[in-house]
Amino acid sequence: MLELNGIRKSFGKIEVLHGVDLEVRAGEVHALLGENGAGKSTLMKILCGILQPSEGTIRIEGTERQFADYDQAIAAGIGIVFQEFSLIPYLDAVENMFLAREMRGRFGTLDRKAMRARAAQIMRQLAVDVPLDVPVHRLSVAEQQFVEIAKALSLDARILVLDEPTATLTPSEVEHLFKVMRELRRQGVAIIFISHHLEEIFEICDRITVLRDGEFVASCAVSEVDNDRLVEMMVGRRIENNFPPKPAPSAAPVVVEVEEVQLKKGGPVSRFALRRGEILGFAGLVGSGRTETVLAMLGAGPAQRCKVKVDGAEKRFRGPDEGLAHGIGLLPESRKEQGLITSFSILQNVSLNNYGKYRKNHWFIDLKKELAATTAAMAQVRVKAQGPHARVDTLSGGNQQKVVIARWLNHDMQVLIFDEPTRGIDVGAKAEIYALMREFTARGGAIIMISSELPEVIGMSDRVCVFRSGGIVATVEGDEIESETIMTHATTGRVDHVA
Amino acid sequence: MSHDANTGAAGKTGGFSFGRLLHSPLALPLIGLIVVSVLMGLASDSFFSLSNIMNVLRQVSVVGILAVGMSFVILTGGIDLSVGAVMALVGTLSAGLMVNTGLPAPVALLAGLGIGLGIGLANGVLVAWGRMPAIIVTLATMGMARGLGLIYSGGYPISGIPSWISWFGVGRVGVVPVPVIVMVVIYALAWVLLQRTAFGRHVYALGGNETAARLSGVKTQRVKLAVYGISGLTSAFAAVILTGRLMSGQPNAGVGFELDAIAAVVLGGTAISGGRGLILGTLIGAVLLGILNNGLNLMGINPYLQDVIKGAIILLAIYIGREWR
Repeated sequence: MLELNGIRKSFGKIEVLHGVDLEVRAGEVHALLGENGAGKSTLMKILCGILQPSEGTIRIEGTERQFADYDQAIAAGIGIVFQEFSLIPYLDAVENMFLAREMRGRFGTLDRKAMRARAAQIMRQLAVDVPLDVPVHRLSVAEQQFVEIAKALSLDARILVLDEPTATLTPSEVEHLFKVMRELRRQGVAIIFISHHLEEIFEICDRITVLRDGEFVASCAVSEVDNDRLVEMMVGRRIENNFPPKPAPSAAPVVVEVEEVQLKKGGPVSRFALRRGEILGFAGLVGSGRTETVLAMLGAGPAQRCKVKVDGAEKRFRGPDEGLAHGIGLLPESRKEQGLITSFSILQNVSLNNYGKYRKNHWFIDLKKELAATTAAMAQVRVKAQGPHARVDTLSGGNQQKVVIARWLNHDMQVLIFDEPTRGIDVGAKAEIYALMREFTARGGAIIMISSELPEVIGMSDRVCVFRSGGIVATVEGDEIESETIMTHATTGRVDHVA
Repeated sequence: MSHDANTGAAGKTGGFSFGRLLHSPLALPLIGLIVVSVLMGLASDSFFSLSNIMNVLRQVSVVGILAVGMSFVILTGGIDLSVGAVMALVGTLSAGLMVNTGLPAPVALLAGLGIGLGIGLANGVLVAWGRMPAIIVTLATMGMARGLGLIYSGGYPISGIPSWISWFGVGRVGVVPVPVIVMVVIYALAWVLLQRTAFGRHVYALGGNETAARLSGVKTQRVKLAVYGISGLTSAFAAVILTGRLMSGQPNAGVGFELDAIAAVVLGGTAISGGRGLILGTLIGAVLLGILNNGLNLMGINPYLQDVIKGAIILLAIYIGREWR
């Protein structure tokens, strides 16, 4: 069906793809695997005409094709659902699906009836029930994804690329997506599936292709490999255990105590305490209120009620700046949108909230001290970059996260809140981030770690608060921290509602 | 390391190199300035005379000073449409205070600066804490400022102010006009603020990614308050110079100056979406606009046609700038 041969791509003098092959058959789900920076995205951009290969050929059903742009790739039957959706939030599903190629009736007016009928037909073909007439921003992430897939299908896509589609889905939504993927496979669509969740590869994929550092590593059937072998192919070395050892449980003093937090009127009321030197995991499904709870605690998000004590004294934060003043820092879930100023250099990003530390004559930045402190912080977290003046948008996800960590380590913080600390970060860098987190707690710092990756929650947390429907339903520690217990609480836990 | 030139990150040293200059955000405005100057020089013998150059700079000073405040606001991702009207109101009120209430002139001028700052801070409060779009807030205050000036003066210029005030508008120190000195000092202060203080970095951070700045603990609302305050203050400084030049408070002065100030900022290479740009670029942009005005006048081109030509040149410059990187 689709054959990419010897694809090379250079940006200036730097070659990022060194002759990559990819063969995808009709009616199969093909996993494209590799760490971040392995070249998956570049390869997919070449496939859909956004980038031009420096060398190599693209064949579809035996015919060699060249795509000057995205539109030509679409015309050749390629559909792609990007990690960041390209839907217009205030238009409904039908309008989004037919954007820029609206069906017209007589007099050139929109023929909504015909479009809606076609949209409904495609949704039936996908066996999903997505509301067609409400603005898509009111749909769930999974439903928006189905709209994206339906849009690609309405363009007669025979080759569908799904770039990390499960990253933001709940387990039941993932199941639903897989059902849709199986249906499409039955109909003969070739699906290229990109995911960092290896268990999903084994569940849904038929064959895999692994890239590493822009090189083709291997292509084989899923049945020929196991988890360890896959990781080894991706990183080129065997990683036995990602997680640093946990310290022995201790009765260290409480640093932050949230006596009560209620996100919505009539919603559940939660309480939790954070001890010095511990990592407190926040587990739960996406949308269970974990991020909202920490935002409410810092006064950065809405809350009906919120009572916080820091070192035993009652505090009311009106924003992250007041959290900072009390040594509480937030490392948000989306680095590009919430964590970094992408047009800034590493130095400027690390310094962003640090200027109090290097002043000259009260008013001015002491540039020498700033450079020295930043260089030291970069070394501490082992950022790999040309230097402190490199722009952060040239860095990989792992290094970007290290820059955000460096920003906070440069302060004497006592509490760091990591929201999805390793989302979109490759296996090798993950281990480094984990090590940095443990270094921080070993020095007496405390961490709240929000994570949707169960292995991460289990491997890193000393205690785990499990969230469901906007509140904490259980707090587990010790041997209780294992997947079944946590998942049970997260999916079926009883929620106490207080008016 | 040319990237850092975007925000003027300092802390690195490095010699001058042509390649670096070419990749600096100032390259395009500078090239534009040189090209336009050469063309004007060819078209008119008197263009490159010292007296004409000083004349151009003097004419530039009012819009040039307005553009400083505008740069701060645009760098945060905002806009301030009220600058021209605030300038007129401040000029009218300070002249009125001198003439009608008998307030000592220096006190009246200081009061004018306070009024400008106050209106700017009001804009800032409405944008930062009122969470209203800057373009709407400042459009409204623009109308209000203009209207208040007309009400106060009854629509007529207020003259009869002490003659020494003309020093601010037409005075000279050696060959250099006083307004030019004022303008250069304001630009120098702005450069220091933007490149050497935490506040300056926060201004760029806000335009680059406001959410990230807020979540990392930057007091974003205060930064916004400050940039609109600065814009109000520079409007008031421009008013002092204009009052000195016209020797009266003119409620109808400065109509459309906000657009010239925005044009100067954008011609100077600052992104209208904020986060990127240099204050020196704004100065170049303002001078570029001034040279166009002056040159087209020297050539005796119909004033109505001049507006068309200026608009076309701005479009061309922005188009080339878009393709530059």
